[in-house]
Amino acid sequence: MRFAIVVFPGSNCDHDAYHAAEHVLGQDAEFVWHKETSLQGADVVILPGGFSHGDYLRTGAIARFSPIMKCVAAFAREGGPVLGICNGFQILLEAGMLPGAMLRNRDLKFHCEHVRVQVERTDTPFTSLASIGQVLRLPIAHGEGNYYAEPDVVDDLEASGRVVFRYCDERGQITSDANPNGALHNIAGICNESRNVVGLMPHPERACESVLGSADGKLLFESVVGALAVGGQSP
Amino acid sequence: MKARVFVTLKPSVFDPQGQTIADALHSMGYTGVGEVRQGKYFELDVSAPSADQAKTLAAEVADKLLANPVIESYRVEVE
Repeated sequence: MRFAIVVFPGSNCDHDAYHAAEHVLGQDAEFVWHKETSLQGADVVILPGGFSHGDYLRTGAIARFSPIMKCVAAFAREGGPVLGICNGFQILLEAGMLPGAMLRNRDLKFHCEHVRVQVERTDTPFTSLASIGQVLRLPIAHGEGNYYAEPDVVDDLEASGRVVFRYCDERGQITSDANPNGALHNIAGICNESRNVVGLMPHPERACESVLGSADGKLLFESVVGALAVGGQSP
Repeated sequence: MKARVFVTLKPSVFDPQGQTIADALHSMGYTGVGEVRQGKYFELDVSAPSADQAKTLAAEVADKLLANPVIESYRVEVE
């Protein structure tokens, strides 16, 4: 399985994603510079976390116009699995590949801590091995993770089962206290209509080995490897 | 020609930065200031044959990049 990890100027979780795919999962991982115009035969695309273009203007606003994003959009249209992590999620929102936008965290603080999220959907390639209601302990590190969308958009996300991850407490309760940034409906991650494009604010790639404090994030990588092996198709 | 673009959060969007600024002003004794909304301001040097075309160009740029229509609206002035 070939993972393409897109590198923007200012990406800083690209090596974590590479390590998770290449060394923890034992798959092929390749860095793809944002000015490239080919994904080089990738089976999975990861838009990693970081501060692309210094977060100038808005998070992800400039990265979405990078040449590689046309390839990522085409890859996604053909059903290829795309995972946007943190800044990668913000880029997917700016690119219109996922609905909504990110606002500053409600308390204006940069949150760098472990949180818990509940997996609500197992019908995405990145959660195929999870169970519904499973609670994952994952790190977050962001100043702009306060998910916002117009009420009708949020209603549509809920009605169509596209909220994939939701901030919760240790017991899986969806509470305001468990919401680190003020995101609407405790939304931590969503998917597109075809369910192959997933974005989330927490960092699964930084939680793939117990020595790092949690190995819960490995589930996302194992899921996509499993989903592709079962599906046997890549675009 | 100079185009000025003002980008502001839509009224329905909570602005925690504006709220914090308002709180600071109130603690400084400026009780006459109510709500504060923070926005962005851009000055663009534009080459265009007319003010109208400069305005159209600036609006296109604002639509595509300077503002995110999900959370922001914008206003353009040309001088």
